[in-house]
Amino acid sequence: AMAEQKFRVRARALVCVFVCVVMCGCGRDDFQEELVIRPLHSGDIYTSFQFRTLWETDFTRENKVSHYRLFPKSLGQVISKFSVRELHISFTQGYWRTMQWGQPYLPSPPGAELWVWFQDSLTDVDGTWKELTNVLSGIFCASLNFIDSTNTVQPSASFKPLGIGNVTDHRFLRYATLPREIVCTENLTPWKKLLPCGSKAGLAVLLKSEKLFHSSFHSQAVHIRPVCKDDQCKTTSWELRQTLNVVFDLHNSGQGKNEWSLFKMFSRTLTEACPVASSSKIYIDITDNSQGEQFELSPATPLLSQAVVLGDRRTFSVYDLTQQITFGTMRSLNLLIRGKSSDMLRPLLHAERYVAGYGLQTGEIHTLMYNNHPYRSFPVLLLDSVPWYLRLYIHTLTVTSKGKDNKPSYIHYQPSKDRVRPHLLEMLVQLPPNSVTEVTLQFERALLKWTEYTPDPNHGFYVGSSVISSLVPSIVAMDTNNSRERPLFSSFFPSKEESSYFVRVYTEPLLVNLPTPDFSMPYNVICLTCTVVAVGYGSLYNLLTRSFQIEEPSPGLAKRIANIIRKMRGVPPL
Amino acid sequence: YINIYSGHTNNWAVLVCTSRFWFNYRHVANTLSVYRSVKRLGIPDSHIVLMLADDMACNHRNPKPATVFSHKNMELNVYGDDVEVDYRGYEVTVENFLRILTGRLPPSTPRSKRLLSDDRSNILIYLTGHGGNGFLKFQDSEEISNVELADAFEQMWQKRRYNELLFIIDTCQGASMYERFYSPNLMALASSQVGEDSLSHQPDLAIGVHLMDRYTFYLLEFLEDIHPASKTNMNDLFKVCPKSQCVSTPGHRTDLFLRDPGSVLITDFFGSVRKVELTMETINLTDPIEQLESGELQKEMHTYADQLPVSEIIHQKPKQKDWHPPDGFILGLWTLILLVFFQTYGVKHLKHIF
Repeated sequence: AMAEQKFRVRARALVCVFVCVVMCGCGRDDFQEELVIRPLHSGDIYTSFQFRTLWETDFTRENKVSHYRLFPKSLGQVISKFSVRELHISFTQGYWRTMQWGQPYLPSPPGAELWVWFQDSLTDVDGTWKELTNVLSGIFCASLNFIDSTNTVQPSASFKPLGIGNVTDHRFLRYATLPREIVCTENLTPWKKLLPCGSKAGLAVLLKSEKLFHSSFHSQAVHIRPVCKDDQCKTTSWELRQTLNVVFDLHNSGQGKNEWSLFKMFSRTLTEACPVASSSKIYIDITDNSQGEQFELSPATPLLSQAVVLGDRRTFSVYDLTQQITFGTMRSLNLLIRGKSSDMLRPLLHAERYVAGYGLQTGEIHTLMYNNHPYRSFPVLLLDSVPWYLRLYIHTLTVTSKGKDNKPSYIHYQPSKDRVRPHLLEMLVQLPPNSVTEVTLQFERALLKWTEYTPDPNHGFYVGSSVISSLVPSIVAMDTNNSRERPLFSSFFPSKEESSYFVRVYTEPLLVNLPTPDFSMPYNVICLTCTVVAVGYGSLYNLLTRSFQIEEPSPGLAKRIANIIRKMRGVPPL
Repeated sequence: YINIYSGHTNNWAVLVCTSRFWFNYRHVANTLSVYRSVKRLGIPDSHIVLMLADDMACNHRNPKPATVFSHKNMELNVYGDDVEVDYRGYEVTVENFLRILTGRLPPSTPRSKRLLSDDRSNILIYLTGHGGNGFLKFQDSEEISNVELADAFEQMWQKRRYNELLFIIDTCQGASMYERFYSPNLMALASSQVGEDSLSHQPDLAIGVHLMDRYTFYLLEFLEDIHPASKTNMNDLFKVCPKSQCVSTPGHRTDLFLRDPGSVLITDFFGSVRKVELTMETINLTDPIEQLESGELQKEMHTYADQLPVSEIIHQKPKQKDWHPPDGFILGLWTLILLVFFQTYGVKHLKHIF
């Protein structure tokens, strides 16, 4: 049976190659998959899956693309129909704790986030955006159709395109976030179906929902952008990246033991690579573990790799799944990591946000940005998109660092319009070294119309995360040659200069209570009925039955005593 | 001539759970167990419209995330690994439900959210939640009445959107919901009569809520014995959950149905018809469109955009806002000022202007 299975796999691979050679006219497409595992110093473990499909084709031509091989057809049709230049969508459950876990390879805010760059040949961007969100809500089984003009913004400086292109006119950019969106198996199922091997072979067999959602952080994303095909960068190919980041908790999933294995994390082991993948690798971050003093890794592997990621040079143990020898005699790979990782460096940039104040009338939003570099300062671009029902007072905006006023070098503010548009605030702030910068802004809460409340209004209303984009100084020189073969996790954000790297940090979403009317029906009915009854019936009854009589005023004390004596005598009173 | 064959060519299912909040876990479990049976018996996801008003599986109160159990001691996970929920959360409203049934959806609605049935479709509609005499409550904020439902089915009949329709409802006083039906080819089942409450089955102490309602629990048990080729008919379905098990009296209505219930198979509604046609002819496939290599070489070298071009941002010119004509308020204000002026000083001053 094993031999037959191997033969079947080889036959499948051969057939694929043969078919590809025959259909030489179509663009070449390439699929790579990769898993990065990084033990964190708190005992949790961070795993990041990336699946990349590269395809050299042109979706924007007149003749539609008709033959899809590795690239999913549903996304290809979306790109060509809606003239999409770049699409980034992410679904996240949980909040990334930068102070405990360091920086993620791919940041994402809680809930759903969608930002799209359209081609500059498109005339009606808003109409296309609305249709695109509806189509994506069907593809990903999410309620993305709630994205409309009340939560879409057009950032003026953030979210520059991550792919290649010459035009950066922000009229073609749309950004929206749904902080309330829930992520569950129904979002994972269509995401898995977009992969060429589905969840049947390769690294995707590890994606079992019962284990993935029993974690501290779960984020799945789809990123589509045009990239350089080679060093000269004369031609472009389309890149589709599907990423999934999970942080497993030491106590929930790990049962308190500092021993992690693939089987413990995913309840599966690996038996083969995806047959259509050109590369299928697992990277374990062993930078502080060169002699095995922190944790032990088994089975041992001779392959080592170094990569510059997040401003640091990290060393990785590599398992190549396309080599049969990786699976050993048991034909299955179950990585075992025993032990804890060392203390990690404090992240150079992190942020917090909270609402201050009391009552249901006013409040104040505080955003804190920490620069932990000892002597370098760097600029950050803060993007805030606040719904219209929190009326911001921009004249109360203050930005202070180390107690002194810190004037932003660029502010873009677009006021909200009731029920049409949210607030958009973008600021470029220079963070002084080793400091905390605080941005405060006062707001007032609006009273919504009674039909605009959700069925559970006492839960509160969400305000989306702030986005902080920044160029953070790096410890080692970054690799600026973006077309070279690099592990996928280090090639997501393109680097233009060697001394700094681009990072995006998301703050917590806010949950604010709006003044909620009392929806309880019996209470209202009883009040109204009793009032009507008391006022109407009561006054009517009084009018009909009340009669007026003249009454003598009560006599003085002397007269009263005299009356008592006369009563005793039997004589009529005075 | 008595028609014993249904004559349908495709099957659809619309499964709705209308309750929100964690303590209504059992309604989601009800809907998911019917979903599971219907998928198992052959109806594909593209023909099922599943509406869940709240998320129980990934709810933070769920001690076992990504699971919804129907039996205590966590025997059966009805959520599964490849569930596709079409309407979830706040999207489950009376308006959306009626739009799905009548087909009047906005043009950009994706296919998975539409009921694309035709006049040869057999449709199964399952509703569960909290209800009363003549209404079903959606998400604790609105209701659908039995009259609206009957009218929606009549619209479906007139637009030829179904061949036969099976309506199952598991709520308190469920029989009141099918009292007002008047369109042909409708069969209805309810878990309780008017004046009776449908009760829940069993709580699970680990999860902390009741897992299923009694009627759907025994319905699931009955359906687990059905396989795609079984010949069980509707009369057996009417016997599911007698008063001894359900405490309430399940009811059914078959007077609008043209066939005899004894000749209607369970798989006519819960399963799926797949018509396979064998052919010996060759079919010519169209050639894929040739991707021609682009003749002209791209002269300019493409580059990646600068992610945070600080100098560019600081010197960014403010966008020229499009000029809009003055708003209605300003126009009204000016009209008022002019009116007051001319009223005070008389119309004869107008001649100084013109």
